[in-house]
Amino acid sequence: MTTSQTLPAFALKDSVGAERKFPTGRHALLCFVKEDCPTCQLTIPLIEAAHRAFGAQLDVLAIGQDTEGNAKLIEKYRLTTPLLDDSALKVSFAYDLDIVPTIILCGPDGNELRRFYGFDKGDWQGLIAELGLITAAATPKIDWTAYPDQRPGCGSKSVEPEIAERLEAEARGDKLTARQIEIGAEDPFEFMFERGLTDGLPVIPPTPERVMRMLIGTRRDPREVIAALPPNMGPATVEKIAANAVMAGCRPEYLPVVIAAMEAIATPDFNAHGIMSTTWGATPVIVVNGPIRERIGMNMGMMALGYGNRANATIGRAVKLTLRNVGGARPGDIERSTLGAIGKFTTCFAEWEERSPWEPMHVERGFKKNESVVTVFGLEAGSRQIADQTSRTAHALCGSLGLGLEACWHPKQHGTGEVLLVVCPEHADTIWRDRWSKAQVRARIQQVTSRPLRELIPNAESGEGVPLKALGLVNPTPEQLEQRIPKFRKPENINMMVAGGEAGKFSAVFAGWVSGPMGSSSVSRKIEEV
Amino acid sequence: MRIVDPTDERVPIKRSLAKRSGTISGSVALLDISKPRGDVLIEQIAARLREEIPGVEIHRYRKPTFTKPAPEELRRQIAKESDFVIEALAD
Repeated sequence: MTTSQTLPAFALKDSVGAERKFPTGRHALLCFVKEDCPTCQLTIPLIEAAHRAFGAQLDVLAIGQDTEGNAKLIEKYRLTTPLLDDSALKVSFAYDLDIVPTIILCGPDGNELRRFYGFDKGDWQGLIAELGLITAAATPKIDWTAYPDQRPGCGSKSVEPEIAERLEAEARGDKLTARQIEIGAEDPFEFMFERGLTDGLPVIPPTPERVMRMLIGTRRDPREVIAALPPNMGPATVEKIAANAVMAGCRPEYLPVVIAAMEAIATPDFNAHGIMSTTWGATPVIVVNGPIRERIGMNMGMMALGYGNRANATIGRAVKLTLRNVGGARPGDIERSTLGAIGKFTTCFAEWEERSPWEPMHVERGFKKNESVVTVFGLEAGSRQIADQTSRTAHALCGSLGLGLEACWHPKQHGTGEVLLVVCPEHADTIWRDRWSKAQVRARIQQVTSRPLRELIPNAESGEGVPLKALGLVNPTPEQLEQRIPKFRKPENINMMVAGGEAGKFSAVFAGWVSGPMGSSSVSRKIEEV
Repeated sequence: MRIVDPTDERVPIKRSLAKRSGTISGSVALLDISKPRGDVLIEQIAARLREEIPGVEIHRYRKPTFTKPAPEELRRQIAKESDFVIEALAD
């Protein structure tokens, strides 16, 4: 291969600690090797022969990818060729190496003249001849019969999993500034449990390499404070969120969703302090809209509210771990739910916009369809299903959905706030056959749930209900007792979305918590993708 | 193995409990957090205080909502006007 590309300059130390710079002002032969690669070992004697024959006129520089391996090579082959230490792999990364050995012949200004990798006898014979022409020195005597025609090389250390991502992050200038903890010989998984860092399930230890790799998922500075997280108002930097995302099992491309969710959760409107500390079993319920759903492989179909999908499971878990570890919301401490609910581990899913006859939830909230958006709701940490397998009209089906919603919080609690109704595809089809809008669905739910006040007053049969005092009534008149109160304060409190498998006439609802300015309001944030 | 600390690294501010004198005198703040029947509990406490420590001055306060921490201004006001605070959770 012949090119005229100018190669990146570098300075590396050789085996005695002397700094060697490139370009050298003379022709140079750069030979990238690693000790545990058999093809590199095969090549080393040829590199040494080239250095001995032409070293007076040009610079033969071997570049080894690990310090210990370099020492072994020097001893084994009695190398006189300078063997430079690239154990940090920065030069290998800058040179975009995939394979070792990679041999590059360069001109005096560092321009690339020839490059090959692996072992090819013809390439080496041609190279030795060319070096002879450049230097006008005698070519070394090499017993070529001792060499095979070809041998494939090995992968460069710089493209090994984890290392590649770390190098990429370092090359972008990302630096970790958080405190690092030495685990020593302890089992890292047990260490995480013992330090109280987990949600009760094992977490992936957030090594600096893994955190650096996670940071590739965002353009944000690792030191940027995304939010002050209640209850302790702990500063959630991008780096801290990334560490918790590693622990949760996220891939880097999920990180922007986690960051946007943390921004939404930290708003006064969402009131995370209340959500995390209430005796009611509430949690951030996270819904994702827009193109990122497909890109990161979120589940919005069968089992969307269940388990088995990495993005759904780990994004929600990362949010909860960050609230725990940075915000200080720990069960039994500030998190004081009487019973809790399984959704407190993680509750995150996407809307199946393409299967919905209505406009997606984020568009309803003022975002563009092609924007990716996360919406967080402060709701019950688990959904309940509403069955209707027989309704054939929108009117009848929405009547059923309304009656199902009646049980949220308590059947006699009316005038309540936000819930999230997840309409399954078959139910959406039934409703859309009659071309009902979301507004019509909501109106029907309000209609079917409206009850006269007398049925909702706390009494000896059931002490819960709508307190008269809250309505400013002491001795209500018969007319006032007949006043009908719908389940929800406003129809818009019924948030609607479509998700779920193609088969099954079962929708679901996440019941609310104290909703609105006196409690928690849902908050949407645009997701900043890389 | 090394890990990046995933927690809030700040050293928490140490807050010590106010000194307990063993007796109640001066002014007592009764803070209703706006939970159902919190007012009933507060009323009971006020009655007992009046009965058992007649000289005590009672101040009533109310959080706007039980779902959020008390606003800073309210906390300052209570600290300024009262020597003791009793907060009623109720339900």
